[in-house]
Amino acid sequence: MIAARALGDALRAALDEDERVILLGEDLVDPYGGAFKVTRGLSTDFPGRVRSTPISEGAIAGLSAGLALAGYRPIAEIMFGDFLTLCFDQIVNHIAKYEAMYNGKVTCPVIIRTPSGGGRGYGPTHSQSLEKHFLGIPHLRVVASSLVHDPAAVLRALLAQDSPALLIEHKLLYPLHMMLPADGRIEDDIAEQHLSADGMPTVSIRSVPREDCSFTVLAYGYQAELARRVLSRLAVEEEIFGELVVVSQISPLDWAPIDASVSVTRRLLVIEEGVGGFTWGSEVASRISSRFFSELRQPVVTAASDPTVIPTSKTLEARMLMTSERVERAIRQVAA
Amino acid sequence: MSVSETAVAVPIPDSADPRLVGSSVEPRAERLYRRMRFIRRFEESLLDMFDQGLLNGTTHACIGQEADAVAVIDHLGDDDHIFSNHRCHGHFLARTGDALGLMAEIMGKPEGVCGGIGGSQHLCAPGFMSNGVQGGIVPNAAGIALAKQLDGGPGLSVVFIGDGTLGEGATYEALNLASLWRLPLVVVLEDNGWAQSTPSSANLAGSIRDRFTAFGLAVFEIDSTDVEEIAILAGQALDQARAHQEPVVIIIHTYRLCHHSKNDDDRPAAEVAARWELDPLKVHGGRIEPGERARIDAEVESALQDVIDRALSL
Repeated sequence: MIAARALGDALRAALDEDERVILLGEDLVDPYGGAFKVTRGLSTDFPGRVRSTPISEGAIAGLSAGLALAGYRPIAEIMFGDFLTLCFDQIVNHIAKYEAMYNGKVTCPVIIRTPSGGGRGYGPTHSQSLEKHFLGIPHLRVVASSLVHDPAAVLRALLAQDSPALLIEHKLLYPLHMMLPADGRIEDDIAEQHLSADGMPTVSIRSVPREDCSFTVLAYGYQAELARRVLSRLAVEEEIFGELVVVSQISPLDWAPIDASVSVTRRLLVIEEGVGGFTWGSEVASRISSRFFSELRQPVVTAASDPTVIPTSKTLEARMLMTSERVERAIRQVAA
Repeated sequence: MSVSETAVAVPIPDSADPRLVGSSVEPRAERLYRRMRFIRRFEESLLDMFDQGLLNGTTHACIGQEADAVAVIDHLGDDDHIFSNHRCHGHFLARTGDALGLMAEIMGKPEGVCGGIGGSQHLCAPGFMSNGVQGGIVPNAAGIALAKQLDGGPGLSVVFIGDGTLGEGATYEALNLASLWRLPLVVVLEDNGWAQSTPSSANLAGSIRDRFTAFGLAVFEIDSTDVEEIAILAGQALDQARAHQEPVVIIIHTYRLCHHSKNDDDRPAAEVAARWELDPLKVHGGRIEPGERARIDAEVESALQDVIDRALSL
């Protein structure tokens, strides 16, 4: 099953299982069914609970906050992750604040989903991975969908919490087939799933036992899939063995599965598609460097896209974004 | 008039001091006066305490605008929800009567309504919330209105904003949705003519009313500091919102007799002085028999002193 369908099914299950779940967003209603078709069919089957809104991202987030304060479980879609900037005040000063600033008297469990990322030639304002700007906002979870985490389980875990969450969905994942761990394996690799205390999964993937891996790659979303393919090939062709750790929740992080890998491999590469500088990788590098200072065999390597706008031209875009080639280069750097 | 002459329409918790909020047997006119007096003296006491260095941070008093809070909230019940702004003490006190909870909150004590975390601008009580960022509360209130619509219940979501908030785009996104989806949202615009230090003439183009009618919203507008007049208009507006479960707007042209927050008033002294003639306590207080009025004033005073003493001792 492709990821877009799996996400849609997860939303369908959420609507089925909890009458308080309401979907809001631009162009969600059938026959259009959302810009990336994730919500196709849902407005027909859940009339009144799946709503197309005007082009008003601030109000989509703001109404969702009001719904959540009143006991509903809104799941908002922001059509492009780039437009999250239009929700920033609601996320920072309203949604993520209410529970704490009212001393726990209310909860505001808004979930905001958004298609993000480049590689589609949509240019500077429809291709970004802006999630780094939302990392570390107190009381906000930032979660990234991937092919190796079951979106229904992730959504169920989020809906079981009372805290708000931002759910990043890379557009290039939508047409790809899910690769969920089954019987401890993904294809020919060993795949180990770790659940955080609140049910958020991390999947560690390796072709050989951890003790035989000489480095760890930490990634999420589409970059995790790029890294998985590169690692798979390098293992077969060159006997370069690394362990890939794919987190679902990128902030705050569940360090246990990351520590478990790095404590054995003693080398770490962190990959993200967002632009470089003041990044997720920097935070991870800082934490891992201080935790494993005396054990690391080399400084933590971070890889991110170039700090500039994302060009529309396919050639220029491929030069500045994290691609398979750049992922491979970074892996060779940490594997060397 | 949609409320009886004596009934306490607002569901005030039993713990609220009748010396501050009135009792179910008190004539309505006196109750309205008592509640305005309560809010006025609460905030004047706060400002005194700031001057004495007893309070930390900042506050925004609604001195001069008490009639708006008392008149509108007199028509609200348990099913209704209020969202307020940075200038929220009057709305909070008219809704909850919880003077001690607010005083302790502003003093930063754990016994405050939000444990001292929220402070003056960020309050939460049953059926009441406030936030200090301009504009964002309007979509939040619209979301609560959508929840009420989905619940199929009778309640309204009421949001108090000021004229300065008309500069925020989030306001208009929410107005559009409220009208489009016929949400039971009541926007109460307290136009006091000044956005902090900037007059409306330098802030607002066109017509305030037209900003709402452009969205197809029903507008009830009044230029008054008379609690009785405002209560009649608010009653009509809220009756319409309830009858049709639809959005309405109440525009009250009023005046802030105090500074924006603390010691920051550069408005023309003559303008402010002239507006003191329209002080809502004076306008409505003139209707109360002087002996009665003195008795109410004394009760409010002693009750507030008790609140301050208790809050200080926490």
